Amino acid sequence: MASADIRTHDYDVLVIGAGGAGLRAAIEASAQKARVALVCKSLLGKAHTVMAEGGAAAALGNVMEEDNWRVHFRDTMRGGKMHNNWRMAQIHAQEAPDRIRELEAWGALFDRTPDGRINQRPFGGHTYSRLAHVGDRTGLEMIRVLQDKAVHAGLDVHMECTIVRLFVGGGRVAGALGYLRETGRFVLFRTGAIVLATGGIGKAWQITSNSWEYTGDGHALAYEAGAELIDMEFVQFHPTGMVWPPGVRGILVTEGVRGEGGVLKNAAGERFMFRYMPDMFKGDFADTEAEADAWVKGDRKKNRRPPELLTRDVVAKAIVKEIQEGRGSPHGGVFLDIASKQSPDYIKQKLPSMYHQFKELAHVDITTDAMEIGPTTHYVMGGVKVDAETQESTVAGLFAVGEVGGGMHGANRLGGNSLSDLLVFGRRAGLHAAAKRGAPPSIPDAEVEATMRDALAPFEHEGGENPFAVQSALQAVMQRSAGIIRDKSGLETALTELEKLKGRARKVGITGSREYNPGWHTAMDLRSLLVVSEATARAALERTESRGAHTRSDYPDSDERQAREHIVIKKEGDRMLVRREAQPPLPADLMQLIKEGA
Amino acid sequence: MADRRRLRLFRGTRERGELKEYQVAAGEGWVVLDAVHAIQAEQAPDLAVRWNCKAGKCGSCSAEINGRPRLMCMTRLSDYPADETITVMPMKAFPVIKDLVTDVSWNYEVNKRIPAFKPRAPDAPDGTWRMYQYEVERPQEFRKCIECFLCQDVCHVLRAHAKHAEFMGPAFLVRAAVYEMHPLDEEDRRSYLRTAGGIGYCNITKCCTEVCPESITITDNAIIPLKERVVDANYDPLAALWRKLTG
Repeated sequence: MASADIRTHDYDVLVIGAGGAGLRAAIEASAQKARVALVCKSLLGKAHTVMAEGGAAAALGNVMEEDNWRVHFRDTMRGGKMHNNWRMAQIHAQEAPDRIRELEAWGALFDRTPDGRINQRPFGGHTYSRLAHVGDRTGLEMIRVLQDKAVHAGLDVHMECTIVRLFVGGGRVAGALGYLRETGRFVLFRTGAIVLATGGIGKAWQITSNSWEYTGDGHALAYEAGAELIDMEFVQFHPTGMVWPPGVRGILVTEGVRGEGGVLKNAAGERFMFRYMPDMFKGDFADTEAEADAWVKGDRKKNRRPPELLTRDVVAKAIVKEIQEGRGSPHGGVFLDIASKQSPDYIKQKLPSMYHQFKELAHVDITTDAMEIGPTTHYVMGGVKVDAETQESTVAGLFAVGEVGGGMHGANRLGGNSLSDLLVFGRRAGLHAAAKRGAPPSIPDAEVEATMRDALAPFEHEGGENPFAVQSALQAVMQRSAGIIRDKSGLETALTELEKLKGRARKVGITGSREYNPGWHTAMDLRSLLVVSEATARAALERTESRGAHTRSDYPDSDERQAREHIVIKKEGDRMLVRREAQPPLPADLMQLIKEGA
Repeated sequence: MADRRRLRLFRGTRERGELKEYQVAAGEGWVVLDAVHAIQAEQAPDLAVRWNCKAGKCGSCSAEINGRPRLMCMTRLSDYPADETITVMPMKAFPVIKDLVTDVSWNYEVNKRIPAFKPRAPDAPDGTWRMYQYEVERPQEFRKCIECFLCQDVCHVLRAHAKHAEFMGPAFLVRAAVYEMHPLDEEDRRSYLRTAGGIGYCNITKCCTEVCPESITITDNAIIPLKERVVDANYDPLAALWRKLTG
């Protein structure tokens, strides 16, 4: 391997990941006149954001004028079970409306209210109708608008490029090394500011709504570079994924189905969510089917929301309970029924891709029949610990935004708060990364050479194990022992098994050339998956309570002393260190706002 | 419940390649992409294939399945008789990189050249606009485009005649239509469409509409109205008279 093997680029800002957060960050950094490179693991415009369906939450007050940032903040904190970084939740609620209006100025075509403004739909955990949306393909609209804005902003896009290592010199970011899928050649980016926007870790589980890309690369890159991770125990299992046929298991069914009036039923036909009302939300939701139905029909002043619109953690756990107690559907889920609540025309207009998805993949017509659904791995609340104002991590010049950033969503994310998160903090990360530009520390050749050698090692392991087999074994471990319901012995077993998998991963072998070789890519992704899986298992073991998306069968209750404590993960030598850190308390006025209502 | 299915996949590069046969134990409800993944995981780890969402929303896994341009993730194995061998080829209108992966970078270059969205001044003092549902529905249809490039693949102007340098292709006529029919847009793309865009190359055979996995009525709703706008902008009374005389 000679140095001719590598191409070198110099930029002010390198953005890794081209979903909503990465695009918004790159657009902002470009607007600040920084030289910007946007690197993505897939083709441009294919990132996970395209799968976001329901909408983007912003207190525009277009549908229900009572809404404002205070209510949105309160909903976000309560949805996050009071574990959120309060300042991020505040900034998010305050700035989201401007970011949505800005998208419109860039060409987004949101659905409209009768008086011509951006329409908003109800969603789980949101007091008022708050999600700006485009049918059930809001993410696609958002990514296309941002994509077209970005390509006209004059920044460089490096597609199908996977970053394998970040370089740090004297405590600050110096650059990154990646490989191009097409040729297998290496690329070195020298830059003083890097924005991680790599999304989540959902590929560590068997049943997942996440694509091959979601292997926690950004989490792992930051960790290896010495940054701290927080909240890795909080992984959101979305209540509604497809369960049948097996080939489509895990594919997301938008919460928009429930937002538009869809109800959850068990095998006995019972609408069971009325039985699962947590104390925190008592009084906010309908008590009877009649009240819930009246709300769906549009009478929202006098009636309260249906319990199907409780937060995702609550709904997912209720579904698991119904299945465990023998009231599940034939293929191990429960039923989601909108056919009996809305007309076929309405369903097709509001939920066109759901209609299409079930028709094509499951041969189910959702305008006449109920869907079979069950929980699917969806989103990680945990991520790189960042400053609320700037999104900078504990490593100078390294920023993290969107799903790879931690803190904003606490113990459970509300639906719709992700798309707005991407925009609000994407802009902030781009702005502050551009401000941080400057001559980066130099990267020693030897470090680059060693990284390349290490990346190519699987080609030397003739007869080594197939990387796909190791990945699938890892997914089985996480599904079994670090899923929706966890306990001490299961998590300890997971850690032991992950240790063995690390050994197997080191010895995987690759056949074929370096050109577009998915076996090799999987071998590289495995390294990230192992880091995030271990971080999740260790954090889950450390948090001895149940809160939001983290449920311990051996600690079924919430422990208020742990509410404002982060589990922090950091690399120390070759070891993963786990410690607890208290979050700063909420200012009195915000605390008051949460207690009394806005 | 596993059925044995036979697939023939293109293996190779742009210089050389061949169809290679594989057998897989297919599960219930499997799509072609599941079978390709199973082959990759168990028999051919270096088999190159693009995919992301596996739900028909990202447009990554485009290929030609038994000769028809389709998304692998939305094509069920059970759509084909159990004893039929399913043949999967890369898209023909673009150069092969490896196996089922093609070089689609040309499409991104085309998109970059389309004149950008330019909104009119805001309607309200708070800097916002008023648009009505009936106004946005038309361009919203074109926004369903997932950039799978299957319409580009099937278009004979690109596929058979390789006019990539002169014709933007149906996918980007759809993109231009988003902005041309956007209620707020004030940019005029007609001369671009006529010259660099090469809209005249399209002779409305509607093959693109037929293969669109998002069921966008590409020809009737996007291309023909754009052609009419271009013609209006370049109205030539003599030519019109000639057409009238010659029928």
